[in-house]
Amino acid sequence: MSAADAHHAHHESPTNIGFWIYLMSDCIIFGALFATYAVLGGSFAGGPGPKDLFEPGFIAVETALLLFSSITFGMAMLAADKQKLDATTGWLIVSGLLGAGFIGMEVYEFAHLIHIGAGPDRSAFLSAFFALVGTHGLHVTGGLIWLVTLILQLRLHGLNGANMRRLGTLSMFWHFLDLIWIGVFSFVYLVRLI
Amino acid sequence: MSDHSHAHSGGSHGTLGSLMIGFAMAAILTILPFGLVMGEVDLPRNLAIGLIMGMGAVQIIVHLVYFLHVGKSSEQGWTLVATIFSVIILVIVLAGSLWVMHNMNENMMPMPDMEQMMNLQSQQG
Repeated sequence: MSAADAHHAHHESPTNIGFWIYLMSDCIIFGALFATYAVLGGSFAGGPGPKDLFEPGFIAVETALLLFSSITFGMAMLAADKQKLDATTGWLIVSGLLGAGFIGMEVYEFAHLIHIGAGPDRSAFLSAFFALVGTHGLHVTGGLIWLVTLILQLRLHGLNGANMRRLGTLSMFWHFLDLIWIGVFSFVYLVRLI
Repeated sequence: MSDHSHAHSGGSHGTLGSLMIGFAMAAILTILPFGLVMGEVDLPRNLAIGLIMGMGAVQIIVHLVYFLHVGKSSEQGWTLVATIFSVIILVIVLAGSLWVMHNMNENMMPMPDMEQMMNLQSQQG
């Protein structure tokens, strides 16, 4: 048993657990931003509130885009496990397009809010909102850049050990961002529309 | 041990079956709270808020188990330990912030004359 464990430890890359620790620290950053929103979410300074600004149908589409991109990324990982390169990159491209659609909608939402005078400078509620949702959006944008880079790496070098490791960490990152979004759509949007 | 050898060769990315089970559960747990808000279901306010937050919490666990494969078998349980640790920190940060800031708001010096003073100033100005 101990010999098997030593063998196991020798081969397994420490990257996964290290990346998971990073994700958990990122989770604490989001926790602080959620706490800020929880504290300041009712301070409108006479400005517009959630019911004036948030459109549940719009957020439902954003949520669907992100959830579907999480599933297609899962499909890419299953294809990568079977060493199917074309299927892997195909699913990754679909995930990237869904993620880009999500970012496009969020940029549109932010531009619209700023245009109608409900920018982050309007009230503490909107400052907290832009900080939290904007940080999530920046993460997704970073994930998209990583995704494009990795697709190029895969086309150049194939599904070798290093690329499998990178794919595994990006998969964790991508699913993690979808997990944070659950908190955003529940706590930031839906609860405030009741 | 069979779990470990699977994790070793396959990178523990689950199966199509577990992905689809996770997808179905996540979809249901997403559609229900949106339906609650968009359908303007007539529920007591606190119950509706509790339901939305509860379903969100359950969906987070579904994502952790079915998409991120957090469990006793992955990385010899260290991902699970790290996750539990950060959940504890999150609870302290969230509950602590709300508690402390609520307490401060309650104990603020009352400033009933603020509005009057501002009105006076604007009249003089």
